[in-house]
Parts: sequence; C-alpha cells; structure tokens
Amino acid sequence: MKLRKIVVAATVALAGAASLVSTAALAQAKEQYLPVLSYRTGAYAPNGTPTANGIVDYYKLVNARGGINGVKLLVEECETMYDTARSVECYERLKGKNGGAALIHPWATGATFALTEKASVDKIPLITTGYGRSESADGTIFKWNFPILGTYWVAADVIVQAIAQKEGGLDKLKGKKIALVYHDSPFGKEPIPLLQERSKMHGFELQLLPVAAPGVEQKATWLQIRQSRPDYTLLWGWGVMNSTALKEAQATGYPREKMYGVWWSSAEPDVKDVGMGAKGYNGVTLQHGTDKNAPIIKEILAKLHDKNQGTGPRDEVGETLYLRGVVSAAMGVEGIRAAQERFGKGKVMTGEQVRWGLENLNLTQAKLDALGFKGVLRGPISTSCADHVGAGAARIHTWDGTKWGFTTDWIEADQQIIKPMVKATASKYAAEKKLSARTPADCQS
Amino acid sequence: MFYRENGQFKTTYRADQQIFPIAQDRWFILALVALAFVAVPLLASDYLMRAILIPFLIFSLAAVGVNVLVGYCGQISLGSGAFMAVGAYGAYNFFVRVPGMPLIPALILGGLCATFFGILFGLPSLRVRGLYLAVATLAAQFFADWMFLRIKWFTLDTPSGSVAVSNLQVFGMPLESAASKYLFCLAVLAVIALLAKNLVRSAIGREWMAIRDMDVAAAVIGIRPMYAKLSAFAVSSFIIGVAGALWAFVYLGAWEPSAFSVDYSFRLLFMVIIGGLGSIMGSFFGAAFIVVLPIALSQFLPFVAGLFGFSISTTAVSHAELMIFGGLIVWFLIVEPHGLARLWSIGKQKLRLWPFPH
Amino acid sequence: MAFFLETLFGGLMVGMLYSLVALGFVLIFKASGVFNFAQGAMVLFAALAMARFSEWIPMWLGIENKWVGNIAAFVAAGALMFAMAWLIERLVLRHLVNQEAATLLMATLGITYFIDGLGQSLFGSNIYKIDIGMPKDPVFVLDSVFQGGLLLNQEDVIAAAIAAAMVIALSLFFQKTATGRALRAVADDHQAAQSIGIPLNRIWVIVWCVAGLVALVAGMIWGSKLGVQFSLTTIALRALPVVILGGLTSVPGAIIGGLIIGVGEKLSEVYLGPFVGGGIEIWFAYVLALVFLLFRPQGLFGEKIIDRV
Repeated sequence: MKLRKIVVAATVALAGAASLVSTAALAQAKEQYLPVLSYRTGAYAPNGTPTANGIVDYYKLVNARGGINGVKLLVEECETMYDTARSVECYERLKGKNGGAALIHPWATGATFALTEKASVDKIPLITTGYGRSESADGTIFKWNFPILGTYWVAADVIVQAIAQKEGGLDKLKGKKIALVYHDSPFGKEPIPLLQERSKMHGFELQLLPVAAPGVEQKATWLQIRQSRPDYTLLWGWGVMNSTALKEAQATGYPREKMYGVWWSSAEPDVKDVGMGAKGYNGVTLQHGTDKNAPIIKEILAKLHDKNQGTGPRDEVGETLYLRGVVSAAMGVEGIRAAQERFGKGKVMTGEQVRWGLENLNLTQAKLDALGFKGVLRGPISTSCADHVGAGAARIHTWDGTKWGFTTDWIEADQQIIKPMVKATASKYAAEKKLSARTPADCQS
Repeated sequence: MFYRENGQFKTTYRADQQIFPIAQDRWFILALVALAFVAVPLLASDYLMRAILIPFLIFSLAAVGVNVLVGYCGQISLGSGAFMAVGAYGAYNFFVRVPGMPLIPALILGGLCATFFGILFGLPSLRVRGLYLAVATLAAQFFADWMFLRIKWFTLDTPSGSVAVSNLQVFGMPLESAASKYLFCLAVLAVIALLAKNLVRSAIGREWMAIRDMDVAAAVIGIRPMYAKLSAFAVSSFIIGVAGALWAFVYLGAWEPSAFSVDYSFRLLFMVIIGGLGSIMGSFFGAAFIVVLPIALSQFLPFVAGLFGFSISTTAVSHAELMIFGGLIVWFLIVEPHGLARLWSIGKQKLRLWPFPH
Repeated sequence: MAFFLETLFGGLMVGMLYSLVALGFVLIFKASGVFNFAQGAMVLFAALAMARFSEWIPMWLGIENKWVGNIAAFVAAGALMFAMAWLIERLVLRHLVNQEAATLLMATLGITYFIDGLGQSLFGSNIYKIDIGMPKDPVFVLDSVFQGGLLLNQEDVIAAAIAAAMVIALSLFFQKTATGRALRAVADDHQAAQSIGIPLNRIWVIVWCVAGLVALVAGMIWGSKLGVQFSLTTIALRALPVVILGGLTSVPGAIIGGLIIGVGEKLSEVYLGPFVGGGIEIWFAYVLALVFLLFRPQGLFGEKIIDRV
C-alpha cells in the first residue's frame, strides 16, 4: 500500500516532467551567466509567464545573433512563485554559479526590497524596469539599483498629464476628483506621494481606496466609487486584482474610459477575461505596449518560433508583458555590451563591470532601431551616475475590446516635480542607513 | 544493546531530573551541538548556510513557540504569522528609533511586543475552543497585516511602507558572513529551545498539558485556565516574535508586511503537526520537513531528470514538487499519525534492543 | 438611504457566494469530523476542470451549442470531482480512521498541495474563462422610489439563487433521504454508526462527492465572476469566518453566517473604512465572527461541545 503510493507519486512526477517544454542550459566555457527569477506557477503565473517567456526568448535571440561580441549567454530559470523568501533562496543559490551572475531582474517589489540589501554586498546590479522603489532612480545613493525606462512616479505623472490633456489643460483639473484604487502593499502605495504633490499643485481631490491583497473581492471599493463618483480612477494592482477591478467597474456601471491603469495593470491577462467589458480602459505604458509587428518581434518569430526554439505559445509573442520581458532583457544585454566596450570586448563581464555598463547606457534612437526596437522604444535612453532611469516618457494605450492601441502621443514626465521628490526620499534613505552619496570619483569607476 | 539505560543509576534528584538522563542521549546531543556549532560553519557552503540552514533554524525556533501553544497547551492558533510580524516590526522600531540599541535587546523587546499582542489576541481562547479558536486567531493575522500597512508609525513613515535593516553586529562582531549569521541564529535557538524545554517540564508546563488534555478537569483540580492559557500565549508569542525578528533582520534584511502573510501561519501549524505535537524535538523535525524538503525537491528533481537524459522545465519541477510534497505529508501521516517525533522515539525504543531481536 | 440599501444588498449577495464555499467545509465536517483544508484547492480544481473542459469538449466532440458544451463540461468536471473524492477516501481517509483532528487536518493539507500541483499540471496556470451566460452589466431597480434606481448586480442575484437552491437541496437530502440520515449518524459517532451496519467508507465517498459537487458549483460561479485562476483558492479564507460564525456542523448556519459576514464586511468597509484608511473588510469579518463566538462559542447553529469530566 505504501509502496504503491510512492510509485504513484513518482509516476505523476515523471508524467509532469515529460509533458512540458524544457529550458535546457548547456554549460560551456566563456559564457555570460544570467539567472532568471520567474514565477510560472502560483497566483501571479498568468502575468509572470509571458514576462519570463519574453526574457528567455530575447536571450535566445541574442545567442542566435552571435552573442554579445561573441560571448554567448547562459540562461537558467528559477521558480519563485512570487514569494520573497523563495526569491531570496533562488538568488542565493544562483548568484555564484557558472562564474557569477552578472545581473538580476527581481520581477517583484518584495524581492526587490530584499535583494537591494544583498546585491550591494554581493556586487550584482539589479535591473528593475518599471518597478521597485521610485527613489532608486537616484544612482548616487542606490548604486546597484537600475529602474531603467521608468519608475512609478513617472507612471503616475504621465497619467495625470494624460488626464489633463483630455480635460484641456492642467488648470482644468481644479475641483475634479481622482480616485486611486491600489493594491495594499508597497507596490500599490508608490504613486501616492506624487499624486498628493500633483493634487496640491492643481487642486484636485485625491481619494485613496486600498484593496487588501490579493484583491478578489472589491465590491465595497467600487460601491464607494459609485457613491463618490470620481471623475477619473487610477488602478494600481497586480494579478487578479486588475481583472476583478474592471469587472466590478462594469458591474457598478463606472465608465471604463475614465480608468487609467499603471503599466502592470494594463496588459492582456488583465483585460482578456473581461473582453468587451473593459472597452475604453486606458493604461500608461512603459514606452512599449503590444506590438506584434515590431522588427524585434518579427525577428524572434522568424529565428526562434519558426524553428520551434521559442519559449511559450506563439500568439503570446508581441503582447504587452511579453514585450516587457524582451525590453528588460534588452536593457540588461546593452548594459553588458556597454561594459564590454570599456572592460574588454568579447570577455565575460563581472557584476561590477556590468553595473558600470548599466550606468553608462547611451542608446540613441538609431541604436535602438538597429536592435529592432523601432516604434517600441524611444531614444535616447541614457543613464548616468545620478540618473539610473535613463528615460522619462510614456504613452497611453487603450483597450478596444480585443486589443491594445496607442491613443496618445509621447508624454514626458515632469522632472521638475519628480527630481526633488527623488532626491528628498533618497536622502532620507541614506540618512537612515548612514550611507553617503557617491563621490564624483566613485561615479567614474 | 548499545542504547540502554542499564547500569546508569542516579544518586541525586537533580541527576534524575535532567533533560537527558541516559548517558548515550547526552553524548549524542553534545555531539550534535558540537557538529552544529563547529563542523557546519567550517564545512558547509555559503549557500547551504544562507538559504537552507538559517531558514531551518529560524523556523525551528518559531515552531518551538507554536508547539508550546498548540502542542503543550492545546490551543490551536493560526495567528503565528502575525506574532512573527509584530516581533519583527517591534524589534525594528526599537532598533532604529533608539540610538545605539544593540541587537539582542532589540530582539528581546520585539519578542515582548509580540507577547502583548499575543495575550490580547489570545483572550478569545478563554471562551472559544478547538477549530473555532483556530479560525478566530486568524483575526490576529489579518489585523496585523492591515495594521502594518495602514499605521505609518510602525514603518517609520516611509512612503512605501517597506523597511530595511543593515549593519547588524553582536558584541562588536559584524553579522555579515553566512557563518556569523548562522552561528547567531543557532545560539539564539539553542538558548530559547533550552528555556522552552525546561519550561514545559516545570509546573507551568504541566498546567498547560492538563489544560490541553481536559480543561474542565484541570479547572476542577485548581488550575486557573485563564492564567495557564494566557501564559501559554505569552510564552509562545515571545518565542515566535523573536523568530520573526530574526527572520526579518538576518534572513530577509528588508521586508514588507506581506512577508509575514497568512501562509506563514499555516506553515508553522503544519510544521508542528507533522513534527509532532507536544514535543520540542518534533518542532525541529517539522521545520526541517517543511523548510528544507521543497528546496531539496526543486533541486533534486532536475538532477533525477538529468540522469534519465531529459531536462525538465521549472514549471514542471514546481508542480511535481507540490505533488510530491503533498504526497509525502499524507504518507508520513499514515505511517505515523503522531508526527515525526513519534517515529524518532519509536526508533529509539527499537534501538534499546538492537541488534538483538528481543 | 439608497446607497445604504445598495451596500446592504451587495453584502447579502456576496455573503451568499461565501456561503457556497462554506457549505463544502460544513458538509465534510458534519459527516466525517474532518476540517477539509483542501476545500479551496478543490474549488479551484473543479473550476479549472470546468473551464478547460468547456474549451476542450466542444473541440473533441464538435459541439457548437454553448449550452450543451457547458453542460457537458459540467458533467465531465463533476465526474472528475467524484473520481477525486473516491481516490481521497481510498488512499487517504481509509488509513486515517479514528485519528485526531489535527492529523486529519494535516492530511487534508497534504491533499491541498497535491491538488494544487495536479490541477496546474493538468490544466495549466493561465487565466481561463467560464462563460455560463451570466449577465455582466448592472441593472437599476426601483427608480420610482429612489432617484436613479438601486444598483443590482444580476450575476450576484443569480448566483445567490443558485446557492439558495443548493442549500435547500442539501437540507432536503440530509433530512429526507436514507443516505442523508446515514450521513448524520456517521457525523454523530463513527463507531456507533459502524456498529449498526452503516458502511463508513461508502458514506465518506458520498460525502466527499457531494462536497466536490458543491465545490464545482462554487468554482463555477466564482470562476465566472473572477476568471479561473489560482487566486480562487483565497476565497476559502474569506469563507472561513462564515463557517465558524454559522457553526461547523450546520448547513443553514452556513447561509445565515454568510449573510451576516457579507453584510458586515461591506458595511464596515464602506462606512467605517474611510475613517481608518480603508482595507479593513477582511479582518473585520474575522473580528465579527469572533464577537459572535464570544456569545456562542460553537457558532450560531453549531453543536454545543459538551465536556464530560
């Protein structure tokens, strides 16, 4: 009886193993090791899977193109289930393998916070494209964090400007009411300081409505919205909270055209289930949206999926979260390339060298187009010692019931507001930690 | 033949009442302690210490705390995650707000914060029992979740609500390397486990066990249920609070309230049940099972698959891990419903005869 | 006033939905004394089965009609849940007869992990759709009495009606049929029931089958509401206060408890929430249940725990 149970368990395990795609990592000499922390199971799998597929596909594409100046990439995935403790365990296990990890994408706010402390000791840069703490834009304090392409304050700012555009000017916001339905966690609370700042500046009322994680029951929140009737509602959620919010908005009759989501709340998994019910819902994009015709996507399809080398289903290629993964991976690869320019072309880079590379990115539009990101990314993306973000513009895309499409032009976040906030918060962090800002000499290394 | 108490006579009450009266047990424990303190830091890899042993130690400590409450006093509590959170945030606030506060007092004060919280949310145990109490203590869990998100004072008014500690040192020695963190956790665990073991062997421990077995009868013979139950909550929450503070300070380094989610409450209860209720040693077994096994499986399965020549995706590993883990829990429970500690004591019983058949 | 009624009504509806999930817990506890920790996982597994079958069966059998497809999927998912119930009884429960509550609870935890892994490997980890034709748009009633009308969520009303029908059916099953009587006998005392010839194993299979069916209905309704994804398991946590407030052994208690918790949650979040910054509904539900427990420690309709010294 007991033996039977063991046999059953083992059979199931092997059956599970046999039925799924493999991501083999062959060990070779002189390869740049890039571990990928992903979550393909658990509550956030629908969002984590396309993102991870994008990253892995881009790395495969780089290898197919010949590597970075001849150095191939060695990719290994580690399942975190979106759990901070698991992410830390994955990080500890993989950081030293195969010559050392050159960079890490934590892909979760909790993991970002936990790994920030460790990465600075282990000297591995963290790339947090479009997430993490907004104040980590300040590279003089956060030496090892790189929120390339945008932070949450940029997102919130662009949304406010987009709303203002719709209203006819920032001065028209006076007396309006804007509600923020947010995931009750550090991720969800991120935009609040910026929104409060803007609310003071332009005189609109800000209503804060937290939703306890994971956000499966939002009836009370949306009844409150029905009562207070805000002119616009911002959605700052992740996972099931997004689609539930849209469904409750539909159920209480709140016009979806008046809803604006952050770039983690406006992707296919959030709206596909709702379909026409989410028509008109807007989202701010981390530069890119869904683009199935971008040169990079076409190249991935041709070089990988047509040859059965792709990761994940073909129709997912080019969707928002997939492209997010591709873009983030690309930023990392360009950082390694920039490091190679200084420290030796064709050599495997260490974490410290990659950090320098990430801090000295100089991606002009021409370079981005050459890489295949024409129409996806807008140059220049240039990071520096003080600015680890590199760019500060975004567009708004809108769901028309079946697909996402851009409905505004590029909007630049107002750095006059953001920069002082970043500096103030970063200084507070530094004071708490007894860190001092980096010297110009340190910036050069 | 080797493991027997034949010929071991005690001449004082003190000797008779020691925790390990059998000499072989004493030697074994001494060897184990020596191994843990000396051999492991020297021989184990950084990864093993950082990612496997330190979580194991911290969760063993928490499981000891939960076992005091659930195993010895019989009050099923699902608020353990909240107690860990209160201990962590309490220690954090004392550590950061009071200039020059050393680490160990901060941990103890965090534990005391958890004690007060535990007593408060343990009050329902005076009226409610069994599974109803278990679910009622979930109120503590969700309340703590909310409290640390909403009351900014606890997180030093940071906009994000996430906190971090760094530059930990004990008696002037920095806790940077894996070995130093491991030894610190081991020391704290050893001290508190010893205290807990002695506590459960003492009068208050017997009161707890009387309450567990039949609280009406215990009240009849003069044990005050309120005092016994609340003291169990107090001691248990203190230990869990210290474990929570260690988890936050030593393992995570930077955390947010969701780091102590309801998952942890359930995991701690399960560690205790599968390790063996009412057994300090059982807490260690349970913690090892629930902390180490998933990680071991997630590394072992690709290795096994590699032996057969095909590679296995992380998704498949994750699913297989869940299924094997669940299957193993059920199997262990069928084999020994009283937990792994019982298996251990049965093993010791058999050892008394071994290698003879009878 | 209108808004208060809307909130009240919304709370009642949500409460019914919670009680659907709570029913599963109550059924198994009532008949076998096991607190089924795996109920949340069963709801998810059943919902996944239904969602995927409603995609696959029309493909395999070439069915065009959505209704037929859905019914076929429901039947297939039900069959799968029955098979699972039988396997659980055979492989797990049979070997743990007469064990303590904690051991049985732990065994159901093992089953939870197993079902989680099995469900995801068989059916996938994505978000899947269950389309049973529920209306998604709101309806406004009583606009003669209240300006603009009261908001009514049609989907919730239909779901509540299904839940009520399920409860009535189950109550009738327990009271009027021989199997129901046997189930109640087993719930009272396993050994006594065995001694009068009630086949325990078969009863347990029946109980878990019924609980599986309840999980399927709950999964279907919640899945239609939220989309079938892993977070569905967290609904079980929202339904726990309902279980203890109503009493672990009472089917009508699950309904009454559900209504109370649902209303309490929504009213507290809408009226008390703004004063403390919001987000209080989850712990408020538990605190509410706790307050009720202080007056009736075994829940409103639960069996009184009588201790004999």
